[in-house]
Amino acid sequence: MTALAPPGARTAIPSPVAGSGRSASFAWMALPALIVFVAFGVVPLLGVVGLSFTTWDGLGAITPSGLTSWTAVLTDPGLPHALWVTFLVMALSWLVQTPISLLIGVFVAGHQRYRALLAVLFFVPLLLSSAAIAITYKALLDPNFGLGAGLGIPLLQQDWLGQANLALGVVVFVVSWQFIPFHSLIYQGGVRQIPRSMYEAAELDGAGRVRQFFAITLPQLKYTIIASSTLILVGSLTYFDLIFVLTGGGPADATTTLAVDMYKRGFQANLMGPASAIAVILVLVGLALALLMRRVGGSDSTASQLEGT
Amino acid sequence: MTRARPNWLGGLAGWLWLAVVLVPIYWIFVTSFKQQSEYFRTNPFLPAADPTFANYALVIASNFPRYFANSVVVTVGAVVPAVLFSFMAAFAVVRGGGRYLRSVNALFLMGLAIPLQAVVIPVYLIIIRLRMYDTLLAIILPSIAFAIPLSVLVLANFIRDIPNELFESMRLDGASDWGMLWRLALPLTRPALVTVTVYNGLTIWNGFLLPLILTQSPDQRTLPLALWSFQGQYSINVPAIAASVVLTTLPILVLYAVGRRQLLSGLTAGFGK
Repeated sequence: MTALAPPGARTAIPSPVAGSGRSASFAWMALPALIVFVAFGVVPLLGVVGLSFTTWDGLGAITPSGLTSWTAVLTDPGLPHALWVTFLVMALSWLVQTPISLLIGVFVAGHQRYRALLAVLFFVPLLLSSAAIAITYKALLDPNFGLGAGLGIPLLQQDWLGQANLALGVVVFVVSWQFIPFHSLIYQGGVRQIPRSMYEAAELDGAGRVRQFFAITLPQLKYTIIASSTLILVGSLTYFDLIFVLTGGGPADATTTLAVDMYKRGFQANLMGPASAIAVILVLVGLALALLMRRVGGSDSTASQLEGT
Repeated sequence: MTRARPNWLGGLAGWLWLAVVLVPIYWIFVTSFKQQSEYFRTNPFLPAADPTFANYALVIASNFPRYFANSVVVTVGAVVPAVLFSFMAAFAVVRGGGRYLRSVNALFLMGLAIPLQAVVIPVYLIIIRLRMYDTLLAIILPSIAFAIPLSVLVLANFIRDIPNELFESMRLDGASDWGMLWRLALPLTRPALVTVTVYNGLTIWNGFLLPLILTQSPDQRTLPLALWSFQGQYSINVPAIAASVVLTTLPILVLYAVGRRQLLSGLTAGFGK
């Protein structure tokens, strides 16, 4: 999806001479999508910048207040904390998801029948809503009513969501549970595009399975890895549903990421100005990350939205 | 497949991961058939000795049919226009030229980078000003908007591959641009339309944030939001919560069983092009 590949050389062929009547109907065709997208996508994006310079409680009048919201947000120790938590979730979920997805992707790319069957089951978490997943884990991890209590295993009976470090670990685990299937799917596709002949040649040269993986599979998957990593990193900024339902950002603010922080300030504390400022920061961090990853890989297969749900 | 040596590590990871995926799913399923009293006394992994549908009855009595209907309305109401509008826009972007359509395309590509989470406050403001707060339409409109960028991208990539000769010969037969859109591009784009429909359908069906901030009254809840508040209400009744999760997930699992191929290709939509 090279950005802005001009609509294809082929499309230039229909003679431009055909007149304004033709381009007029094309203009009409694009109009409905354009209107809805501008009204509920572009305008809000500009609006959030505007609102970050106002004071608004979500109900009453909106009053311009200059840099008040920004000063409030930037001097609040909550912001560096939320940035740190966001970074932790991002880094840890990358560290967990990438090797496991890679392994599983390579595994299910094999053509044995039972692997295809396994793959069917692997992908089930992708279909579930974040709310359902979070509620399942919340019930399952409950120290008094959950699985640990039922099995009577003290190790499992901890207050998983009540202790700061454990809760963060649980968030990373559940996020990985939800998204590893998606990334495995990406790696599966990548692996299947590696020419078989490369492995046959390596085999003739006596390279073992591990050697083949590091000498062929991994280098051949370079762009797949970069693309999947970009989706994980940029997407991790937008984990909201799962964290919100699972921990509500707690205990205290141990799992309050930028997105959760924004929601809490805006819709719970009714401080829409500061919440908008955080939203702007969220957009900027996302853009910076996407650009950075693009520089790393020279590839731009990024669709941050894929991950957003 | 003539690889002499088996992939031990991959195999281990594969089977282990299978367990990791299945344990919570199995547990929630088994638990949903237990009585609350039985739940505390029995091994959590054993199926109910005396299976009961009481938990499901409780969930259904808690207005879940209504929430299900709401989710259907929101999903269909958003996906149909989103796919239709995106298809028309993709066709225009590919077949038409000119500065206007190029900037429209650029705008949609830029839209891929806008996270929904970052713009919910202005969306909320717009919905209030339109006096649509606490209606299903409030969820539908932004859902359409955020489905458009990726859908246009995927559909445009597909339409671009339709041979130009087909359009030329239709034009010689006197077909208009609208005629080519409906009678030529639409049937040929069907696989991509299915992909886009599935992807958007799943995203919107599972959506939580928009219903959370744009509705208020219980009557307007969609399933994910209803699950959340049901869980808040019955936090100690684990079997009832389990039943609510199973019941709301079932329709999608059935769809998965029926149309797995389309679902999976839909999930990686836009990727790898």
